[in-house]
Amino acid sequence: MNSELVFEAHRARARRSARAWAVSALGPATMLAGVVWAIAQPYRLTLLHPHGQGFWWLVIEPPLLVVAAGVAFALLVASGLLEDIEAVEAERSS
Amino acid sequence: MQPPAEMVHWLFATGMLLLGLCLLSEAIVGEEVWRRRRWRAYLWPGLAFGLGVALWPVMVLFTNSAIHMLAHGAWAQVLMLAGAAELGLARGKLKSGLWRLTSPLACLVTGTAFLVHEQNGWLFARSSFLHHALGWVFVGAAVFPLGRVFRPRSPVFGAGFALSLVVIAVLLYTDRDVAPIFGHLSPLAGTPHR
Repeated sequence: MNSELVFEAHRARARRSARAWAVSALGPATMLAGVVWAIAQPYRLTLLHPHGQGFWWLVIEPPLLVVAAGVAFALLVASGLLEDIEAVEAERSS
Repeated sequence: MQPPAEMVHWLFATGMLLLGLCLLSEAIVGEEVWRRRRWRAYLWPGLAFGLGVALWPVMVLFTNSAIHMLAHGAWAQVLMLAGAAELGLARGKLKSGLWRLTSPLACLVTGTAFLVHEQNGWLFARSSFLHHALGWVFVGAAVFPLGRVFRPRSPVFGAGFALSLVVIAVLLYTDRDVAPIFGHLSPLAGTPHR
């Protein structure tokens, strides 16, 4: 096989895997942002000092909302999207 | 038993963050992969429409002046319009790509509404700063959905729109009812919370 074609195919595979890597990283990166925020501003987590807090202050905690958004995206969107990226790549290569 | 206003901002920030993540992943994988599962084509337009619907109770229960109420009402309407237009395009009921102009319209109307209904200066309190910042970010972000009208497959416009929504989410998460901004807090703003 022509070495230029092999190089092109290799480069295309690398680009596609970069795409899959980027999608798979979005959810964990969002979760990590929430965790870092919780560590940086622990007073935003009322669960750590729940005494005397009302219902809403115990339910809605911004760093946990960020983590929840990351989890929801990773489980509900990213997992299926990764399967579809692989399927499309397999169709193209066959 | 209403939540404080700042919590409503945090909940909308979460919605905006999810919207931004969906748009960003669509920009990364491209329309062909994104639409491989039918429900995914409706995901972010449906989320945008839902956020527009959720703005109505916010308008009714959390606004304390006529201009504040009008701003939230306008925002709810344009967000629902943009979401509905994108749903129509995804379903195939709407054919013209010009319906995508509803998204830049939503950004412009929302940004203008934010700027018009904030009566105080940038450094009056954190919420004032955020109203100004959010308003200008929304107005500037209108460039990206406008670009998508003419180049719908452009990853630059898609990613730019998505990242603008993530920035908006970050700004909404930093909102507090009464808090200083860069060390400034007007005595007229009230007593800061924790």
